[in-house]
Amino acid sequence: MTMTAAPPEPSRVSASVRGGGKVRAPLLRRAAPYLQAAPLALTLLVFLLVPILTIVAVSFWDYDSIRIYPDFVLTNYVELLTSPVTWKTYLNTLKFAALTWAITLSIGFTVAYFLAFHVRSTTWQMVLFLVCTIPFWTSNIIRMISWIPFLGRNGLLNSGLISAGIIDQPLEFLLFSDFSVVLAFVHLYALFMVVPIFNSMMRIDRALVEAARDGGASGMQVLREVILPLSKPGIAIGSIFVVTLVMGDFITVRLMSGGQSASIGLMIANEISLLQYPAAAANAVVLLAVVLIMVVAMLRVVDIRKEL
Amino acid sequence: MGGNHTRDTRRGLSFHLLAAFFGLFVLFLYGPIATILVLSFQGPDGGLTFPMNGVSTHWFRNLFEQQAVGDFGGSFRRSIALGLAVMVLTVVFSLLAGFAFRRRFAGSGALFYLAVASLIVPSILVSLGIGLLFNILGLEPTWYGSALGAHLTWTLPFGLLIVFAIFNRFNPAYEEAARDLGAGPWQTVRHVVLPILLPSLIGVGLFGFTLSYDEFARTLMTAGSFNTLPLEIYGMTTNVTTPVLYALGSLTTLFSFTVIGLFLLGLVGLRRRRLRRAATAG
Repeated sequence: MTMTAAPPEPSRVSASVRGGGKVRAPLLRRAAPYLQAAPLALTLLVFLLVPILTIVAVSFWDYDSIRIYPDFVLTNYVELLTSPVTWKTYLNTLKFAALTWAITLSIGFTVAYFLAFHVRSTTWQMVLFLVCTIPFWTSNIIRMISWIPFLGRNGLLNSGLISAGIIDQPLEFLLFSDFSVVLAFVHLYALFMVVPIFNSMMRIDRALVEAARDGGASGMQVLREVILPLSKPGIAIGSIFVVTLVMGDFITVRLMSGGQSASIGLMIANEISLLQYPAAAANAVVLLAVVLIMVVAMLRVVDIRKEL
Repeated sequence: MGGNHTRDTRRGLSFHLLAAFFGLFVLFLYGPIATILVLSFQGPDGGLTFPMNGVSTHWFRNLFEQQAVGDFGGSFRRSIALGLAVMVLTVVFSLLAGFAFRRRFAGSGALFYLAVASLIVPSILVSLGIGLLFNILGLEPTWYGSALGAHLTWTLPFGLLIVFAIFNRFNPAYEEAARDLGAGPWQTVRHVVLPILLPSLIGVGLFGFTLSYDEFARTLMTAGSFNTLPLEIYGMTTNVTTPVLYALGSLTTLFSFTVIGLFLLGLVGLRRRRLRRAATAG
């Protein structure tokens, strides 16, 4: 398929080895990694680094209701940081992140532990792991919408509870509330915990578990003293994914809270739709700084490059 | 013997509890999708929730007939084309970069961290940044230009990490053996390295296609005047209040499942063929 045509660089190297003699070969050999890394580097420069620098620059620009113009003003930051709305929104976003993190971590750890240590056949392990991962490759928006018939006022859950006689009024907090926002986050992002923790657990030497058991450790003790510490890298990677995804989210909060709740991402999206780009940019810069600080804190636990 | 026996039954209990938890998790993952699949067959007078008001394919027909719903066909075609382009570029770029990272080169550390940063930077920043950049440069954002680049910032790090993981487990002895037998560098790559990497590259392709096909946030400010499917669906959530929304959801989910299934079948087929070949060779 596409792969056969993939690496032109090695072929160029070989052609020069055969055709050009020994003098040019070492040069091309040395240049090869740069040529090979160039497409990735260029893409990330043009579509990630330069756009972020653009955001930083525009965050100092001025704007009125019609257009934005180059300037160097701090008003965007001053307005952002002195507004109580900003602080409240940050608090709300952090609340979503903390709740989602705690719940996905518990679910992710339990599921990964089951898959890694209780499912014995490798085939079943693969099949069940795939069952968990498949929803990750389907549409997030559809996965959010699919909660509506379940949680709505006349939804499955409410009618079920009513007919079971547990409640006599439909529960209003199920949909378009902070509850449904966190539920959707957990639904969407639990997988980002399961996969890295499962990966860490599969690398644990089974002899360690055996040794702990032979030494008289109970199942709980093995879990707490052996498996949990050795799963830390996976937990850290999963946490980074979940926290950054929730911190930057706007679509889940908008759809699942029905406009009742706020997040920083949503605040930025609203400023964008009002064409207040410099305000959105200043907001984005602060958000990026906050996210980076959180990531650096979590990275202290783990060296990603060793975990691959 | 007795001690072993009690240990086994105790493990049995925790196994069953964990299995039940896992079952609930799977139900949690798939249950909601199953409900909208059922509800998309709602009768013509049915609403967005149960009960079912008859059973019909009314809403699926409605999806294709009524142009007021939006440009569903066009956005679907654009999303597929974009997904395929992202898939090919993700596979090629991350494979090439994987080769590069096997040797030391100046800036390799910076490039690695840039790729990791690409995973961490909130999607809306990528969208906003590219949108602003194009705006300032006076360029028109397009789904096959700026949105393509925005999607790559999400798929390439995944591709790169997968390729890294393969190369970390890759035994260089195979390459040395090929070289000792007289293979040139290109022959070594073509006949030794690529076949070993192929299954993982299929995985990279799956990531590339599906992540792009479903991407919303990074497309928001970068797609220009033509919508991709997720943008179209998002538009529908705000102004469509009939089960036609579920019909679209069911169709696109079914399409995703088919694509994932094809990739997995490809992997299984590849493995079978290799096992057979190994058997006949041995």
